[in-house]
Amino acid sequence: MSRVFTTIVARDLRLAARRRVEALLPIAFFLVSISLFPLGVGPEPQTLRQIAPGVVWVCALLAAMLSLTQLYGTDHADGSLEQMLLSDASGWTIAMAKALGHWIVTGLPLTLAAPLFGLLFGLDGRANATLALSLLLGTPILSLLGGLGAALTLGLRSAGVLLILLILPLTIPALIFGAGAVAAVEAGLSTRGHFSLLGALLIASVLLAPLATGAALRIATE
Amino acid sequence: MDAGLRFFTFASPPRFYALSGALLPWLWAATALFAAAGLYIGFFVAPTDATQGDAYRIIFIHVPAAWMSMLLYLVMAFWAAIGWAFNARLASMVARAIAPTGALFTFLALWTGSFWGKPTWGTWWVWDARLTSELILLFLYLGYMALVTAIDDTRRADQAGALLAIVGAVNVPIIYFSVKWWNTLHQGATISLTAAPKMAQTMLTAMLLMTFAFWAYAFAVVFMRTRSIIIERELHTEWVGALTGRVGGRGSRT
Repeated sequence: MSRVFTTIVARDLRLAARRRVEALLPIAFFLVSISLFPLGVGPEPQTLRQIAPGVVWVCALLAAMLSLTQLYGTDHADGSLEQMLLSDASGWTIAMAKALGHWIVTGLPLTLAAPLFGLLFGLDGRANATLALSLLLGTPILSLLGGLGAALTLGLRSAGVLLILLILPLTIPALIFGAGAVAAVEAGLSTRGHFSLLGALLIASVLLAPLATGAALRIATE
Repeated sequence: MDAGLRFFTFASPPRFYALSGALLPWLWAATALFAAAGLYIGFFVAPTDATQGDAYRIIFIHVPAAWMSMLLYLVMAFWAAIGWAFNARLASMVARAIAPTGALFTFLALWTGSFWGKPTWGTWWVWDARLTSELILLFLYLGYMALVTAIDDTRRADQAGALLAIVGAVNVPIIYFSVKWWNTLHQGATISLTAAPKMAQTMLTAMLLMTFAFWAYAFAVVFMRTRSIIIERELHTEWVGALTGRVGGRGSRT
């Protein structure tokens, strides 16, 4: 079981390394869309500092969703998805491995790039660290839930938009507590509650989302 | 046909079609009757509220609609799950028929809530826990409907929709308990099964009558929609052929 897991993760990482520009596109989207906000809202430092956590989180959310549409698409097209499902690995293992691969390629770079934008938006050191930590806990949730959306919309004509419509409502709790943690730091409150709830969401997603994704993959390829 | 009444008797589309056809006039009559009585008591008999004036009267639409929006989602998820687990065609059709009605009630609850919020809270909308989670419920309904219509293969559409409905069902308890968990602008529940209601008797009567009206309406509309889905999907069968006047179905050999 663990061999299948590491094989899938290593394969996805190798595929991403071979198509570097394609793998970096979500990050580019993240950077460009964040830079639009100071232009649209206006450059007042006070306003920017206030909206920074929400803006960074929403952009990370959208970047993750956009990059997820093809999570299972190419595997489905070349038949390797069927082979994975036919192997003795459980649906949970496959979905978890795919989500981990996706997170390493998009979620992790997003988390690393976020503090830079925190600085540009005028967040101080502590708030910036909180932002990075909340994204570190939150982006895996996005990859896991997004995997479910990708499996449900596999091979459909309007898969991209549909995935966003299906999955965004489910990611709202992560958004609330992730951005809320930073706002709590700014207000001088404790972030423990926010981080505990984010951690709980992460654990629940790790346990349940791959199960549902596995079931959705079997429905889609039946 | 003569096996008597069993648990799955009405899981057969033709029998369900006949049964729902017989029930429909009664359900519509019940809807009209309960709604007329509820609205009469709500608007003419129930006393004016001491603090909110007459604005509170929207409660007679708002609260039953909000109840129905949550309940219908659970019912939809339940039938979708039954349809998926037992491969029961009719259950999947019922689930699909419930979705638009549930979305309508969710929208109605939000809309009337907004009308109620303006005179009492002074704002059309607040990003309060209960309002936001009810909005998410509307998105879940819309997502379910979008997904099942986007998939051309009926079987896959039903199963994928079932999975999505079950995942989304997590939201319903969050809405229900949001006013307890977060102390927000939206008031807590006034009515519970365990305590004496904190409202005038006539108000309660009107609200319950409206709830019955909404129940009857939901049954009637869901049955009607299920009947059209049955006709659509079973078009090739003989009984639908006989029903629509064509001798034999499209795919039948007669």
